[in-house]
Amino acid sequence: MEAYLNLFVKSIFIENMIFAYFLGMCSYLAVSKTVKTAVGLGFAVIFVLAITVPINFLLDTYLLRPGALQWLGAEYAEIDLSFLSFIMFIAVIASMVQLVEMIVEKFAPALYGALGIFLPLIAVNCAILGGSLFMQQKDFSGVSESAVYGLGSGIGWLLAIVAIASIREKITYSNVPAPLRGLGITFIITGLMALGFMSFMGIKL
Amino acid sequence: MANTNKTSEKEPSVLFVAKETEPLFSKKNRALLTDPMDDNNPITVQVLGICSALAITVQLKPALVMSISVMAVMAASNVIISLLRNLIPNRIRIIVQLVVVASMVILVDQVLRAFAYDVSKELSIFIGLIITNCIVMGRLEAFALGNGVWKSFLDGIGNAAGYGFILIVVAFFRELLGSGKLFGIQVIPDAVYEMGYVNNGLMLLSPMALITVGIFIWIQRSRNRDLIEKN
Repeated sequence: MEAYLNLFVKSIFIENMIFAYFLGMCSYLAVSKTVKTAVGLGFAVIFVLAITVPINFLLDTYLLRPGALQWLGAEYAEIDLSFLSFIMFIAVIASMVQLVEMIVEKFAPALYGALGIFLPLIAVNCAILGGSLFMQQKDFSGVSESAVYGLGSGIGWLLAIVAIASIREKITYSNVPAPLRGLGITFIITGLMALGFMSFMGIKL
Repeated sequence: MANTNKTSEKEPSVLFVAKETEPLFSKKNRALLTDPMDDNNPITVQVLGICSALAITVQLKPALVMSISVMAVMAASNVIISLLRNLIPNRIRIIVQLVVVASMVILVDQVLRAFAYDVSKELSIFIGLIITNCIVMGRLEAFALGNGVWKSFLDGIGNAAGYGFILIVVAFFRELLGSGKLFGIQVIPDAVYEMGYVNNGLMLLSPMALITVGIFIWIQRSRNRDLIEKN
């Protein structure tokens, strides 16, 4: 249990997708003008990350990794399909996004109304593919660990985008130098926030 | 993706006929190459492809390798999508684009692993992330789906060059100020260190990449006032 909590907190704060790895910056910059849309996109990201990371973990363990095909018989133990992982992961992500979109539309129309436009965007959000690729490097021991990691990274991403959106809402009232307005100041604020998030680095749970 | 320029208009189905008379490097085609370097830069103006741009700019060498990889992927996938543009059903175009880009990235990844293993280790997951780099998908959507092969090729090269330009500028300053080196070779002489100069360790940390790009945008927009945003 402790290990899960450790991983969870680590993936939210210390290895924050945005502030430590800059993943998902494109949508982070494009959709952070108002808090409401930022929250919508953030929840969609959590949703998709928490589903795709464990699925990709299973694929990696039983299909792609060197020696993963051992369950088929001893003669398959040598096969290494890991070069296929990019295309497999992106296919899983794209189809999961489509599937999630259809399920949400059918069973939770209100949620679909709120998330609807963001779901297709997510297929090309680097944070999602990044989550799966980091999972592949981290050698998790089981599905539940990878699920916790996916969930935690998603929550970290939500935190970051909501924080920047609220700052940007406030900053419209400030007198920013004209050439810095919009994109420039957002970059610098994100940099300062990332500096702040670095203070979590020393934490050991 | 505020200013993604919509240069694409679906051309009539007659493919290579009308364009044949245009010289290969006409003024319009040259603009495709040079515009993304400055006024229409994919990173600082179109806001595409920032994810990977920041994380790998601690040193010049990985930044250079990354730019070349992106250029190869963009040129190849732009050409392929442009060839297929009249065959791809509109509804599944995103999947088709993802598959084409992913295959190109796998090729690049395998080549890097074979010929530059240590750099490919250093870039770790960021080569894979070229797939979801918005700059590739963005140009496929905005340009290659509606333009001819040669133009799409130039557009791919141009945008990748604009992307690489920012990467190299940021990496130049971060490596110079952060560790006093360029391409891993010491450039700040020892005498300067003896006088009390200290490397700025902050430049090696990831937040400074963001601030460096922010300052770059500041300089670019004060030179070219048309790019200033309304609020």
